[in-house]
Amino acid sequence: MVKNPELLIVGGGSAGMAAALSARKSGIQDILILETDPYLGGVLRQCIHTGFGLQTFGEDLTGPEYAGRYQDMMEEEKIPYLLNTPVLEILPDLTVLAISRTEGYLELHPKAIVAATGCRERSAGTIAIPGTRPAGVLTAGTAQRYINIEGYHAGREVVILGSGDIGLIMARRLTLEGAHVKCVAELMPKSGGLTRNIVQCLEDFDIPLLLSTTVAEIHGKERVTGVTLAPVDENLKPILEKSWYVACDTLLLSVGLVPETELFSAAGAEIERGNGLKVDEKLMTSIPGLFGCGNVVKVHDLVDRVSRQGELAGRYAAEYILGGK
Amino acid sequence: MEDVIIIGGGVIGCMTMRYLSAYKLKVSLIESHSDLASGATMANSAIVHAGYDPVPGTQKAYFNVRGAELYKTVSRELDFLYKPLASLVVAFNGDEMEHVEKLYHRGLENGVPDLHIANQAELRELEPNISPEAKGALVAASAGITEPWGAAISAAENAMDNGAGLILGEKVIGIEKIGEGFVVRTDKKEYKARTVVNAAGVYSDKIHDMLLPPAFTITPRLGQYYLLDRKTVGLVNHTLFACPSKVGKGVLVSPSVHDKLLVGPDAKVVADRDLTMTDAEGLAFVRENAGRFLKDPLPMNLNIRTFAGIRPTPSTDDFMVGKTEMPGFYQAAGVESPGLASAPAIGSYLADEIARDLGAEKKSDFNPIRRPQIRLNRLSEAEKREWIGRDSRYASIVCKCEKVSEAEIVDAIHRNAGATTVKGVKKRVGAGFGRCQGGFCQPVVVNILARELGIPKDQVKYDDEGSEILVGKVK
Repeated sequence: MVKNPELLIVGGGSAGMAAALSARKSGIQDILILETDPYLGGVLRQCIHTGFGLQTFGEDLTGPEYAGRYQDMMEEEKIPYLLNTPVLEILPDLTVLAISRTEGYLELHPKAIVAATGCRERSAGTIAIPGTRPAGVLTAGTAQRYINIEGYHAGREVVILGSGDIGLIMARRLTLEGAHVKCVAELMPKSGGLTRNIVQCLEDFDIPLLLSTTVAEIHGKERVTGVTLAPVDENLKPILEKSWYVACDTLLLSVGLVPETELFSAAGAEIERGNGLKVDEKLMTSIPGLFGCGNVVKVHDLVDRVSRQGELAGRYAAEYILGGK
Repeated sequence: MEDVIIIGGGVIGCMTMRYLSAYKLKVSLIESHSDLASGATMANSAIVHAGYDPVPGTQKAYFNVRGAELYKTVSRELDFLYKPLASLVVAFNGDEMEHVEKLYHRGLENGVPDLHIANQAELRELEPNISPEAKGALVAASAGITEPWGAAISAAENAMDNGAGLILGEKVIGIEKIGEGFVVRTDKKEYKARTVVNAAGVYSDKIHDMLLPPAFTITPRLGQYYLLDRKTVGLVNHTLFACPSKVGKGVLVSPSVHDKLLVGPDAKVVADRDLTMTDAEGLAFVRENAGRFLKDPLPMNLNIRTFAGIRPTPSTDDFMVGKTEMPGFYQAAGVESPGLASAPAIGSYLADEIARDLGAEKKSDFNPIRRPQIRLNRLSEAEKREWIGRDSRYASIVCKCEKVSEAEIVDAIHRNAGATTVKGVKKRVGAGFGRCQGGFCQPVVVNILARELGIPKDQVKYDDEGSEILVGKVK
């Protein structure tokens, strides 16, 4: 039987684990993390490349290693968590409704909540690319999961749209596994990815980065057979007269990340213009006692910064509870 | 020897199959795609029209009004998603108010119940976000919204529960009349039947011409849509139509049964009857015309998907439902809009005709009720507790956006007319229908399909033959 925790953390990724640890350090004994997936660590689990932890641990770790460090600290502190436990609804009075395979239907009444649900990828549907809707169009993160967790290739001849960091990382990952990444097209005149990723993931593998270029059409009935690429004008509209066709069986999208705020906005929490949860200087949302940290507040480019914000949110949530407010 | 072979597994073919399965007849349905509801049924406005639009005296008028009425019972029997929801035809000026009057009288003539004309004040009450320039509207309270593929698939499942057969992935390439019956040849096999029903949608002219001299043609027309995130729910409370203008028929906005907003379509004649693709021009048309009804522009940036659907526009301007001049050959050809609304009425009509011609009686043990489909995201708290207690897989959420559980997916795979593909799962339970469009759940759905069907993961298909999602193991 799950009893009501003082502090409930929604999401057991890098933000949620850091929040739990720092709340414990700040004097909160009674903490519970609810995690949808069957493991802690969130998306870090599929990020088998390095580049994590330089700020936090002074070491260059892989995603699973970084998550593992936090998991170890959680075990040491004996912080309880429930896996396979999605939160269905949060009410403005901080009632949390969740379901769990082991615990059944849960109704919890914590004194404070930390929102740490991270973000999702923008999908092909969102960016409304003209053309067909065949198999072989997927987000970079989904392809990353297929290759790193499931052990399967999602494609052989690949065009990547968007030069966000996941797209860049996947260009290298797919190349190393024997796929042919034909190019990375970027709508903007400049890539939004980290410079180190452009160098290490594209330049080192001679993968062309086509700036101010987009996919103007997807071709193929059952499976992608190719895409039309086109340069864009100053309004980011494709110039079709200058377009060309590239044969491929896969279109990978790395076109941005969106904070997963819906659970909290449904409870009435305000949203910032950049689509993340609106928080004050103490990381509290517009709902008293609901705090936010990590990518659900703002999409961060480094996990170390996510953890740092998680730590702060955990501490502020602890102060809120101990202050008896 | 079958008593009836139905060609085409869209909503028309499936509803016909379902009503035929009430009779002591051996019925099979042949569908060329790997799943039911893969043509016009898959992508359309999902509206059960009230019936004020068709010209009085036409088959469209007859079947539409009866079909709209039948939805109330058939959706309960088959447990597919349907919600009564008034349609509004919004007028912005005197000319358009005249058009609304015309539709009102046409509706009365067609026998449409619960029609009235709302003045500006009432319109604002019904739709607080309506443009201040809107003058009034036709209100058709007998209209509704539904899940077209759900209607088709649940009808086929119920028919199969009552003994009907389903043949998927075979394309009919020839039909011959031999003696009193027919030989239907597909790209894989041959079937004998006493009667044949042509419900082949965009191919209904081709099927017709296999047995009879050409009498009509089907023009494939494509319509493109935007689907907006559930955050937009409440911006529009009813299905809103524009009055047709010089520029065209106008773009509709409608809530969907999945708590999203559907915006579209445009209309474009195309050559390829199978290739449903969007284009920049059509999408721009929909975007630009989307907000015409409302005070503020629709937040089109909240779209989660764009898609295109095909409709079979007949040269005759009307449905061709019923007997043909060849005894034993029946058809539901040229069924464009309001075909979805008409489907149960067409199915029931054809079934009764065929049964009478074949002298078939009703089965005493026909079960019109499809085993209810548990939809976790629509259950009350007490019901959730109950179902999770019965099967812990109801607590295992696969699709986070739409809150679809593993138990629902497994059930959808093992039912009659069950899901065998990722898109099949999406059609039946809505996994992948939400804002991430399967980004999170597709790998899990692939794993569940592979496990339940006993196939390797890289043989799991998105939809038709050749649409495998994975292309081999990592070495």
